[in-house]
Amino acid sequence: MTVTSLGIPRRLLEFTIDGEAVRAPEGSTILDACRAAGKDIPTLCQGDTLRPKNACRVCVVEVEGSRTLVPACSRRAEPGMEVRTDTERARHSRKIVLELLASSVDLSTTPQVAEWIKEYEAKPDRFGPDAARLNEEPKVDNDLYVRDYDKCILCYKCVDACGDQWQNTFAISVAGRGFDARIAVEHDAPLTDSACVYCGNCIEVCPTGALSFKSEFDMRTAGTWDETRQSQTTTVCAYCGVGCNLTLHVQDNEIVKVTSPHDNPVTHGNLCIKGRFGYQHVQNRD
Amino acid sequence: MSKRDRTPKTYTRLTHPLVRDSRDEPFRQASWQEALDRAARGLERNRGAFGMFSCARATNEMNYVAQKFARVVMGTNNVDSCNRTCHAPSVAGLSAAFGSGGGTSSYEEIEHTDVIVMWGSNARFAHPIFFQHVLKGIRNGARMYAVDPRRTSTAEWAESWLGLNVGTDIPMAHAIGREIIHAGLANEAFIARATTGFEEYRALVEPWTLSLAEKVTGVPARAIRELAHAYARAERAQLCWTLGITEHHNGTDNVRALINLSLLTGQVGRYGAGLQPLRGQNNVQGGGDMGAIPNRLPGFQDILDPATRLKFETAWDTVIRPHYGLNLTEMFEAMEDGTLKAVYCIGENPAQSEADSEQAVRRLRQLDFLVVQDIFLTKTAELADVVLPATAGWAETDGTTTNSERRVQRVRRAVTPPGEAREDIDIICELAARLGHDWKYADAETVWNELRSVSPDHYGMTYERLAEHQGIQWPCPSTEALEPTYLHGRLWEKDPARRGAPAPFGIVRHDPPVDLTDERYPIRLTTGRRLDSYNTGVQSGGFASPLRRGEYVELSPEDAEHYGVVVGEKVQVSSRRGAVVAPVWVDPALRPGLAFMTMHFPDDVDTNRLTIEANCPIAGTAEFKASAIRIDKLPVATIVR
Repeated sequence: MTVTSLGIPRRLLEFTIDGEAVRAPEGSTILDACRAAGKDIPTLCQGDTLRPKNACRVCVVEVEGSRTLVPACSRRAEPGMEVRTDTERARHSRKIVLELLASSVDLSTTPQVAEWIKEYEAKPDRFGPDAARLNEEPKVDNDLYVRDYDKCILCYKCVDACGDQWQNTFAISVAGRGFDARIAVEHDAPLTDSACVYCGNCIEVCPTGALSFKSEFDMRTAGTWDETRQSQTTTVCAYCGVGCNLTLHVQDNEIVKVTSPHDNPVTHGNLCIKGRFGYQHVQNRD
Repeated sequence: MSKRDRTPKTYTRLTHPLVRDSRDEPFRQASWQEALDRAARGLERNRGAFGMFSCARATNEMNYVAQKFARVVMGTNNVDSCNRTCHAPSVAGLSAAFGSGGGTSSYEEIEHTDVIVMWGSNARFAHPIFFQHVLKGIRNGARMYAVDPRRTSTAEWAESWLGLNVGTDIPMAHAIGREIIHAGLANEAFIARATTGFEEYRALVEPWTLSLAEKVTGVPARAIRELAHAYARAERAQLCWTLGITEHHNGTDNVRALINLSLLTGQVGRYGAGLQPLRGQNNVQGGGDMGAIPNRLPGFQDILDPATRLKFETAWDTVIRPHYGLNLTEMFEAMEDGTLKAVYCIGENPAQSEADSEQAVRRLRQLDFLVVQDIFLTKTAELADVVLPATAGWAETDGTTTNSERRVQRVRRAVTPPGEAREDIDIICELAARLGHDWKYADAETVWNELRSVSPDHYGMTYERLAEHQGIQWPCPSTEALEPTYLHGRLWEKDPARRGAPAPFGIVRHDPPVDLTDERYPIRLTTGRRLDSYNTGVQSGGFASPLRRGEYVELSPEDAEHYGVVVGEKVQVSSRRGAVVAPVWVDPALRPGLAFMTMHFPDDVDTNRLTIEANCPIAGTAEFKASAIRIDKLPVATIVR
């Protein structure tokens, strides 16, 4: 008896977003439908290769008949739904979330967040300079990647990518509870003493740059990291016969970072240690 | 136990052609002009005694041009690549059964199957992203069985681990087959319609009772029975294997024994049901597809077929020798007897990757002329007369490669190669021009379009479509449509005409490893890969992996105790062919009498000094997986290193 169904063609559901009629395939989230309709909804903890975590609440929208705001990233579209993305209440909520996050976390390497802070007129400074911060040095305990928990918004994407959703290594988890909750490896040990296999699939999903390639971290420290001078080229990994797609980020003819397309049928954005970090040999040029 | 601080030898890129007048001189830098002239002269004077080592790691386009060079310019079918050292038995076995050498299913299907058998495959380490698809399957409810002498990290995810003795895969497969037949679980309709030779097969497996299999394989009869029933009862089952099956002196027979199980149960030719050999190199599938093997022309078309030859002779304006060329293994033997005198070696490192590496080096030294084209000065390049600096296929060239699920994908140039390094295709064309063949390829796409014109399986794959679909699986005969993700659906057709040639059962017999264990060499050594390293380590040595701990000889806790050795202690490991000194690692996943080593650090511990060059007579692959060794404690006085 087959345990998995192979799926049937999906129906299109009709509902409205900001008063406009839209159609979305059954099973899509409100976020999917908004993006298809060209609406810009900010997201942080949402990952296109991960199940929704509902952690950051920055994507909330109003749904007619719902007492609370709903997270667009996880709420499935229903026929007849009336969704409003840009109401005063939704904007206010996003603004508060951005203020709270930006006052307690270093969002300097989070893509797009500066635009959102401007758009929602968030004022993270209003909590004063004493706002709770981790104030911790970046953890540099190996040559491949760096953990800078000052930048961590506790979205759990790295936990999910390392855990049962992709890598199944379970090196990363949440330690502590409540205000003391933080991301750590077992016993908060250095990575080199953990179960980590250095696939870097946590870096791939990290929304803030808390987890980064050591090459990127070093270049940022030296002030030489410049994404405007970087090209991205997708090719195929040379390390085994699986055929993982690699996107090589190249600056000044040096590979500085490797990612993988999230919609790729072979990788779904995941790589192993060799694919993600094993590029150095081509640029051992002298 | 802290990890050993051991940085492997790092290789720096070759930036200029190197030449020398005799092998005892050091290399000197030369201009491209001089190096190419020398290479052309060296090949010209050895016409008729030439062999080409093409590269399973370079693009399809490069492999196409390389085999064309061998066949058109040098007039020989002596072209092969390192697929010979790994998966040639899979290709030989699959094509003998189905007429096509590719894996029959796709990665996605394993997420939607019911039973997964991982046989001789530590995919968790060797093919980590494939294993993510397996894990999806397991999370979707599939049951996975691991058949492997070692309790690997793949086996940790299994419903059941069948830890068989090295080299007893055929008894295990036959016992499973017999149990399926006796339990009435054989798919009789499929057998009758789509296969031949069942009666012979039934007689072949009849002696392999579960209890006999238990004696020979060391696996409890109940576990074998459970796997047999799970595989046969599953609506869809996937059978995956890697080098644990192929790197034996009877690798092709092993592959046939596994294929038999799929024929017996009809677990092939349907979505989610199939056979999946996991390829070790990025383009080992493509190299064969492109004809860089001695018995096939591009598109995996048989050289012995006159119509095929005629097509290529017309397209290439040449005469193609109507017989198979020498494979890699035979070429090495031909070096020994002096009938092969010149080799053009592209991107391969046989001096370290061949079994019994000392013998391989000795044979390469006997050549009259050796030209090596690579990105590094490898151990093989150090033996050459001319060394040509090439570009790295995956990051510095445009083209395509073909993966384990037959998916042809675009490779793109992302960085500029160092110094005067040039693309493989350019270099080959320069040599061809000097030998009287003026080929003009504006770019990789021109080569690809030429290949498309002669290979029906690739005809529908334009570069544009490859980009649009993120790769396309062969066969793809039409530019309009895509074929199903699995092969051999024809076997299920009701109409015999559409069903085509039936798949024969392979009548293969158990033949234990050549290198027998005895009192002098009591331990069975098997080899494999680690997660963070790759083959001879020339590339993977280039990055600072926190997991890397150098080479060890891994022993079971029982054997370590028996020999009185501890972790980190250096011991002498000897086989009937050679000896190396390596530190000990104790791995509880090994059973008593079984040791494990890798080939990742040959500059440090040359494991292939130990391995045996006992070759599969059909595919030519050596028995890397089974050597007999002994462990000797080093007398204190001799610790010199």
